Amino acid sequence: MSTTTAVARPPSPGGTRTVRGRRLLVLAALFGILAVAAVLSIAIGAKPVPLADVWHGLASPSGTENDIIVRSLRVPRTAIGVMAGIALGVAGALMQGHTRNPLADPGLLGVTQGAAFAMVLSIIAFGVTGLHAYIWFGLAGALTASVGVFALGMVGGRGGPTPVALALAGTAVSSFLYALTSALVLMDEQAMDVFRFWQAGSIAARGADTAWQVLPFIAAGLVLALVNAPALNALSLGEDVARALGQNVTLTRTVGVAAVTLLSGASVAACGALSFLGLMVPHLARPLSGPDHRWLLPYSGLMGACALLLADVAGRVVARPGELEVGVVLALAGAPFFVALVRRRKPVRL
Amino acid sequence: MTPPLPRPGRAVPPTATAAPVRPPHERPLRVGPVSWLIRLRPAAVALVLLAAVTLLMALTMRIGDIPLTVPEVFRAITGDGPEHFVVMELRLPRALTGALVGAALALAGAITQAIARNPLASPDILGVTTGASVAVVAAIVAAGSTAGGPSGALAEVGIPLLALVGGLAGALTVYLLAWRRGLDGYRLVLVGIGVTAVFTNVKYWLLTLGDVNDSSRAMVWISGSLNGRGWEHVYPTALALAVLVPLALLGTRSLGALRFGDDTVTGLGVRTNLARGLMILAAVLLAAVATASAGPISFVALAAPQIALRLTGAAQPPLVVSALTGAVLTAAADLLARTVFSPVELPVGVVTAVLGAPYLIYLLVRARKEARS
Repeated sequence: MSTTTAVARPPSPGGTRTVRGRRLLVLAALFGILAVAAVLSIAIGAKPVPLADVWHGLASPSGTENDIIVRSLRVPRTAIGVMAGIALGVAGALMQGHTRNPLADPGLLGVTQGAAFAMVLSIIAFGVTGLHAYIWFGLAGALTASVGVFALGMVGGRGGPTPVALALAGTAVSSFLYALTSALVLMDEQAMDVFRFWQAGSIAARGADTAWQVLPFIAAGLVLALVNAPALNALSLGEDVARALGQNVTLTRTVGVAAVTLLSGASVAACGALSFLGLMVPHLARPLSGPDHRWLLPYSGLMGACALLLADVAGRVVARPGELEVGVVLALAGAPFFVALVRRRKPVRL
Repeated sequence: MTPPLPRPGRAVPPTATAAPVRPPHERPLRVGPVSWLIRLRPAAVALVLLAAVTLLMALTMRIGDIPLTVPEVFRAITGDGPEHFVVMELRLPRALTGALVGAALALAGAITQAIARNPLASPDILGVTTGASVAVVAAIVAAGSTAGGPSGALAEVGIPLLALVGGLAGALTVYLLAWRRGLDGYRLVLVGIGVTAVFTNVKYWLLTLGDVNDSSRAMVWISGSLNGRGWEHVYPTALALAVLVPLALLGTRSLGALRFGDDTVTGLGVRTNLARGLMILAAVLLAAVATASAGPISFVALAAPQIALRLTGAAQPPLVVSALTGAVLTAAADLLARTVFSPVELPVGVVTAVLGAPYLIYLLVRARKEARS
């Protein structure tokens, strides 16, 4: 294990006070961008809603057509986008911190493929139809797969799993489940039809019940993630140093993995395979926050939510009157940005 | 210059670093002025794997609509008649394609993991397999709605050619975007992630556009399939391996050095950019040819080097043993793909992961147990 941490930039000459002030300012700016993105997400769509009507629908609905669009379609969709974006951003940062691998995405614990497999299985074996039911199965599959990965990473060793063991076990389990899912959808056309749309990743046509369905999991995951942040800082000094500082390494790893599982499992089950967001956003947030996870996690979460909402809005605009799946927009718009960023500066290493 | 930072995701698992620098079972072989270091364990592992791949191919020859015994297979090779056709035109090219493609993918994976110094890296990150997938899925989806499905010329020549072009274009994109006054392994990986994400999501999107039948057909190709592969798939792959394997082996020394930080490597007298560029080119060509022949067979490139690493106890994925492991994995997977749900054939790529993943996990667990005791 390494005993050096990467520092984004030398501490500014003004001392800690200005650093903290700057960080709070960035945080406030991110909240501002998120608010704008949320309003855009409510206002823009197949039927544009004027800003006055958005306010009317939110504050004092009186049952007009725009009120119904705002309250039954756009608000739940936006809420799910915000939740999934925060969840994936935070989960990605946690995952990269724990595995200390820039390739790690929240799907690495097997949640994406676990959810996919469980959903496809539920369609083929139990004849399940309807989004609400798929999501429960997806959630169960995601949680089971990630517990399995964690257990496999632990077997044979003492204490918590090492990052390399966890990453490899996760990749192995994901590939295994993806293979089974492919075999199943190749044999069943109806499952293939559901699977291909889920795979593209979308937050469209999700109602308020879906938002309430995933909220408890994401809330619990966020609490665990924030609790985990200070310990993760110590852990990034290397396991031995962390242990010497009085850290319970196994406990830290377990809490971290539990948080990633809850966050990414819930968002993947609800919105499909969007794990690229979780991979990309921490790389964008790290230059702003530095290596301190207490700041990286909130930055990453807020940036994730902004990116998801703005991508979703763009997907509604570019393909009028239809829509482009948010997963596709995220990759098409986000990846070039990500590549440009990687090229422009020396990447902040983990 | 900043000192090279120790990197987290190196190809060396913590358990493997404990090996002494010169274990007692290594002895130099001297022939006149030439001396060669023979490592006994990798050599033994390689021989066992070679035997295994031969055995698996022999088994593949026997199985199918016309079951043959081993003596019958041999008689069929020399004689003529329906058995001769079945063995020489159907089963042998298929088995050879499988083994060669597996070897090529594994070799590409070993090189990529060594350069990226990351056990999660695979040629997918170089943009090859995903680039090929996008090209082929687009063709299948587009042709499906107009010409009633890809058949004849498109299936036989068009798809491999498209895959090759798509794969090379994908790799070129990654390479050009990652190049900036030199080629940093870390930047290559990050750029690769970004480009791959675009290709993957475009592929997912294309899958949602067409008829569900075309999506299924595209899905078979992107899973990697050896169904109906003939000599026209064997020759290009064999040719590519014949050229690229010696090239890759010549680069082993540089590859071994590249595992240290750039400054150290330069100090050791390796021209880092040249060495890295050539090795990446070799990996790209290997992966592109393999993908053109059989589709992007999943997991072989990622798992085979890691399995080989743990079988030999080496410090980084050994090239020859990785290639042989890939051949064994693919040959075994194809055997299973043909027999388990017979008469329905699964794409071989579906089985490689089902077969390789548990084995990789078993090796991981065993390595941890050994490290403990």
